[in-house]
Amino acid sequence: MSETRTAPPDVVPSVGVAREVPWRAALRWESGLVVVLVATLIFAGTQSSEFFTQSTMFYVGLNMGEIAIMALPLALIVMTGEIDLSVASMLGLSGTIMGYLFSNGWNVYLAMAVALLAGAVGGALNGVLITGLGLPSIAVTIGTLTLFRGLAEVILGNSTVGGYPASLTKIGVTPIQGTQLSYSVVIFVGLAVVCAIVLHATPLGRAIFAIGLQSEAAHFAGIRVGRIKFWLYVVSGAVCALAGILFTLKNASARYDAGTGLELNVVAIVLLGGVSIFGGRGSVVGVVLSVVIVGSLQQALTQMQVDAQVQNIVLGGLLLVSVIVPNGAEAARRIRARTRRRVPA
Amino acid sequence: MTTITAPFARRVLRAEGLLRARELGIVLAIVVVFGATTINNHAFAEAHSVQQLLTGASLIALLAVGETLVIVTRNVDLSVGSVVGLSAYVVGDVFVHHPHTPAIVGFVLGTLIGAVVGVINGLITTIARVPSLVVTLAALYIVRGIDASIVNGKRIDPVNVPKAFTEVGYKTVLGIPWLAIIVAVVVVVVGYAMRTFRSARDLYAIGSNPEAATLAGVPAGRRIVCAFTISGALAGFGGALFLAEFATVDATGATGYELSVVAAVVVGGVAIFGGSGTVLGAALGAVLLNTINQALVASRISSFWNQAVAGALLLVAIAFDRWLGLRVARRMQTAEGAHRDV
Repeated sequence: MSETRTAPPDVVPSVGVAREVPWRAALRWESGLVVVLVATLIFAGTQSSEFFTQSTMFYVGLNMGEIAIMALPLALIVMTGEIDLSVASMLGLSGTIMGYLFSNGWNVYLAMAVALLAGAVGGALNGVLITGLGLPSIAVTIGTLTLFRGLAEVILGNSTVGGYPASLTKIGVTPIQGTQLSYSVVIFVGLAVVCAIVLHATPLGRAIFAIGLQSEAAHFAGIRVGRIKFWLYVVSGAVCALAGILFTLKNASARYDAGTGLELNVVAIVLLGGVSIFGGRGSVVGVVLSVVIVGSLQQALTQMQVDAQVQNIVLGGLLLVSVIVPNGAEAARRIRARTRRRVPA
Repeated sequence: MTTITAPFARRVLRAEGLLRARELGIVLAIVVVFGATTINNHAFAEAHSVQQLLTGASLIALLAVGETLVIVTRNVDLSVGSVVGLSAYVVGDVFVHHPHTPAIVGFVLGTLIGAVVGVINGLITTIARVPSLVVTLAALYIVRGIDASIVNGKRIDPVNVPKAFTEVGYKTVLGIPWLAIIVAVVVVVVGYAMRTFRSARDLYAIGSNPEAATLAGVPAGRRIVCAFTISGALAGFGGALFLAEFATVDATGATGYELSVVAAVVVGGVAIFGGSGTVLGAALGAVLLNTINQALVASRISSFWNQAVAGALLLVAIAFDRWLGLRVARRMQTAEGAHRDV
């Protein structure tokens, strides 16, 4: 995913794309997402009488919270043109470490702190391998995906650790008092605001876009490409560890296989949110919208008693449409150009 | 003319020699792991243990062959696990409803199902010019969803699968499991094609530099669709083999295989950004990963260590690959320099 090597010839920003002001393209994408969201809500409301009740909001938040939280740092990483597939394994490893320490008599908050630290260290490992040794991030993070999950398995084996203080595990049962929001959603919103400010209103954010568009040019412009990528991975590791803690408390148990396979859901949400897989394009608003769309759609389909696996068709379909539509116009133009070329001959 | 081509040819030869050394390295690693484990536990070298080793690696090795074709073109196919699951269940379902279906029909049907998914993946990737990572990730979900809606909570049980079909999964010829023989034939055929045929060499050209390949007249789109189709077809065929091997499958069959396959391919020395690597290497990568897994079991090291070791090994393999690549690049540079001096 690094540098320009992955980009097929036509995806490298052509003149046509470059002429557009970036935020206008983004705005168009987000308005598309809003349309999809409205359609989803109308569909959900007509199909299930229970959808527009307060508990729906809580359950959507509860189901999507950890995935949504992990999607934010991943979005930033994808914007620099890299990828992190180890997110779900880090979620599992952090929950495992926390559970293991807790079961050995540690204070639960101390155990959480160590889990967070482990997340940062794991992220740093990704960062060193990718920026220090210059290895492709997709390969490295498939490796750490297996490694982190494996370490979790070594630590906990088949055992399950429960027995956390009820004051903490209640986050999986009750919303924040006076609202219908789950705790993880509030954390997600907070992180999203921070990410949005960093990405859209600071030099660091501009640097992230610049790296994604042209890593080498960014380097020559004085941007510390390696350092920024490294710290993004560290942040990603720590945030995923946080998600792991929330996941553990939500289920009131720690298992080594917690959240197995979620990495692809997180990637799907980031891409649906309009973040270009080649980097340089995307917005936090898009990611948030994509979280809400996927969350409400899943909740509606669950209320309609559609099998969880079958719901995948909808998620996959959305993902496919989301990449084809923006490219569709250009593809049509290309085909037209080709036929025009053929006519005189 | 000769002054230009001769050193160039020598350079290619040397680079090729290094690549071959890469496969040799994997073989050596397999031998070392195998030998060390056998010293520790003599049962590891017994016939049935080795048979298990080969059978266990076969399916991932088969999928790795198809995946190599795709990755060499600088694309990736993440849908293989779902395709295996779908094909395995549909083939099983046919046997449930028509118990007297000949076994060969099952394999052909599985292959066709996979080929259809592969063609669709390839066409979307090339016509809409959408990154294959996204297309095949979507396909992973959609195919698994279609699979789940067909399965609808049911399961294929061993009693429903004809004996002639499951025999492929456990019978041996001269002590070698049928599964391993089938996969070895696929590796040899595809491996030969990838070395010899111009259309297959085009895949490397596309992966090395898509623009240059297109300018050189390589029909990149058609070749990429072909690569995806073969990868899909092999995954579909793999689904039939999955059913033959396990004789049972439900909606979750082969979930998560895609990452194991990519891991095997990467360990096998196929560059993740395309342009280099062999199907033999990828298949050997699958064998190495499986050998390590089995070795941990045989050494009575808790099987909980499996994933951690596999992950660490993967990282080492990637780093080693990078080091090798840098060395080749440096050698080529010095060779070029020497040539200029002359």
